[in-house]
Amino acid sequence: MSADAAAVQDPAPVDGRQPLIDVEHLELHFPIKQGVLIDRTVGVVHAVDDVSLILHEGETLGIVGESGCGKSTLARCIVRLLEPTSGALRFRGQDITHLGRKGLDPVRREVQLVFQDPVASLNPRKRVGQIIGTPLRLHGMDRDKVQDRVRGLLGQVGLNPEHVNRFPHEFSGGQRQRIGVARALAVEPRLIVLDEPVSALDVSIQAQVVNLLDDLQDELGLSYVFIAHDLSVVRHVSDRIAVMYLGKLMEVSPAKELYSKPIHPYTEALLAALPIPDPNENRARRRDVIGGEPPNPINPPSGCRFHTRCPHATEICSQSEPPLAEYANGHVAACHHPQNVSEAEISSATRSTLSPLTAGDDMPGGKQEPPRTDAADSDSDADREG
Amino acid sequence: MAERLLDVDDLHVTFVTEDGLVNAVDGVSFTLDRGEVVAIVGESGSGKSVTAMTLMGLTRSPNSRFTGSAKLRDQELVTATEQQLEKIRGKEIAMIFQDPISSLSPVQRIGDQIIEQIRAHEKISKSEAMDRTVDLMERVGIPRARDRARAYPHEFSGGMRQRAMIAMALSLSPSVLIADEPTTALDVTIQAQILREISQLSEDSDSGIIFVTHDLGVVADIADRVIVMYAGRVVEQGTLDQIFYDPQHPYTWGLLGSITRVDRDPPRRLPAIPGQPPSLVNAPQGCHFRPRCPYAFDRCVEVPPLESRLGDAPEHLDRCWLEVDDKRVRREVEGRIGLTDPSVAA
Repeated sequence: MSADAAAVQDPAPVDGRQPLIDVEHLELHFPIKQGVLIDRTVGVVHAVDDVSLILHEGETLGIVGESGCGKSTLARCIVRLLEPTSGALRFRGQDITHLGRKGLDPVRREVQLVFQDPVASLNPRKRVGQIIGTPLRLHGMDRDKVQDRVRGLLGQVGLNPEHVNRFPHEFSGGQRQRIGVARALAVEPRLIVLDEPVSALDVSIQAQVVNLLDDLQDELGLSYVFIAHDLSVVRHVSDRIAVMYLGKLMEVSPAKELYSKPIHPYTEALLAALPIPDPNENRARRRDVIGGEPPNPINPPSGCRFHTRCPHATEICSQSEPPLAEYANGHVAACHHPQNVSEAEISSATRSTLSPLTAGDDMPGGKQEPPRTDAADSDSDADREG
Repeated sequence: MAERLLDVDDLHVTFVTEDGLVNAVDGVSFTLDRGEVVAIVGESGSGKSVTAMTLMGLTRSPNSRFTGSAKLRDQELVTATEQQLEKIRGKEIAMIFQDPISSLSPVQRIGDQIIEQIRAHEKISKSEAMDRTVDLMERVGIPRARDRARAYPHEFSGGMRQRAMIAMALSLSPSVLIADEPTTALDVTIQAQILREISQLSEDSDSGIIFVTHDLGVVADIADRVIVMYAGRVVEQGTLDQIFYDPQHPYTWGLLGSITRVDRDPPRRLPAIPGQPPSLVNAPQGCHFRPRCPYAFDRCVEVPPLESRLGDAPEHLDRCWLEVDDKRVRREVEGRIGLTDPSVAA
């Protein structure tokens, strides 16, 4: 455990790239209070429970999961709208976990957020010019320069620069979401966290906004954290996709492998549940729809959180929390019974440093191994090169 | 030959507003047979929900105007009196709404709400109605139904509430079931469970289902026939395969092109439909899609009739003046169907 922790303390640049965001064993628990005079804490909601993630410069990380899985809470922690209960959050190596308002100021300039509901997130009494101009003024831009910059931004997101004096209600849903994007872009951030940015929009407008986000990323070299419950939109925009369930990370997959090689049974279940907009392929698919509903996050199941609904669950799943095992291509999954991987892949998998601290030592395939001692295991040696 | 349940012919629904007349439904015609699932697809403001709600008489208000006809077997629905509608609602046509929390009464137990509907139409005792309610709730997958019938809607999860709505809709074995975006507010795994229930029920009970949705994935999963609506009009209708594999209207191409897919590598760029849907107060002359259509030409200022333009598929109707062979070439974008602007691509 201590060796593991030490390894994570020093985030070595992977592929020679310095991580932009480094989330380490992040936890956010909401206390449930009861009582009139004395606030007794009667329980906690484990909204985000020991999640570790790395986001590189220029990368898009998708986060998917059902309602209540903690994806939006995680996003709010990353932009530090919420203060994590424990764990560490680093932006370009700087610890920002518990920074105060002043300390966060330079970080806010580089990390921006776009919300799901463009009606609720734009002030109805302010003109578009004021909405987009406010972050510029807050970060010290001259008043006379602000107007030009706002017009430029409107053009950049595909709106008419002449519309600076309009109010949000004069725009359609898709246009309002573009205003949200323009406001986020105003301070030239490096990272934009998009919380369900297209869920409220019609399909044809969704495609326009997705294309806009793609173009802006190419043009400005932005990094995105893209949160959605719609797997196909996330698959379209992301380089890597993290799947969350009840506050825990279940799997992090390269986007290309998400559909062809889902390792965690939960990911498999999500994909099986998703109808494919192609009648022939939809009919040809074998679909095992999982039953039940996500359990109560106040009192999550022991061991693997998914074991109550998992078709492959055995005894070990309720007893020991699976560590995140790392397979080829940086594909990690926390499961005792990984799917769609060969025996060889299972035996050559290593314990990922992203694993939760509370995870047991049982690796899939019945291996009992502490981290980085798999050299003693003869099978894994043979498969290491493959 | 399956029995014809519904015959909607040239239905118009107009709302009088301060801004002018809103032609929410502008000449919609379609039919529904027993055992069939017909999906109505379209974006917000296309008139799909208004069409569905009009069949139940739910759009009646002092500022709405109706013309055309909608017949349930021999019963005219558009001009039916309130008394006639009361007999039809729930018994002949039942509806499942998108948002179960706002369509269930928050102060009445779930079981009582279902019992109330049964007893409004049938003269049976409370305990008989209760037994039937419990059976229904079990049938739609609510566990421990006898206990759960005593719960209030807020004690149910979103998926369970939707199941309760379905149980209520099925309580009198209606011949037509209208589902208006029944899974939009639900998570994918719950959506899959509910869709499975609905298609199972349509097979068992042999009723006809009108499924209103904007999600083409759900359409591919459940529908037998598809009606595509745009700005109050049906722009194309055909069987599931005709709409997905041989779409005739540029708006349908645009819709199909706009969807992202989880099972394929993403295209370089999504062929999105340019522009915004028109305002229904001041709809464009002729084809409503004309201002957004890159292939619009002179003739498009005349409204194209909804008719079959394919010799081999008389049931596949569309509203577009373009030549069929021409369309089959133009809708191809990078090996898939989509709408692109030739002037931009060049």
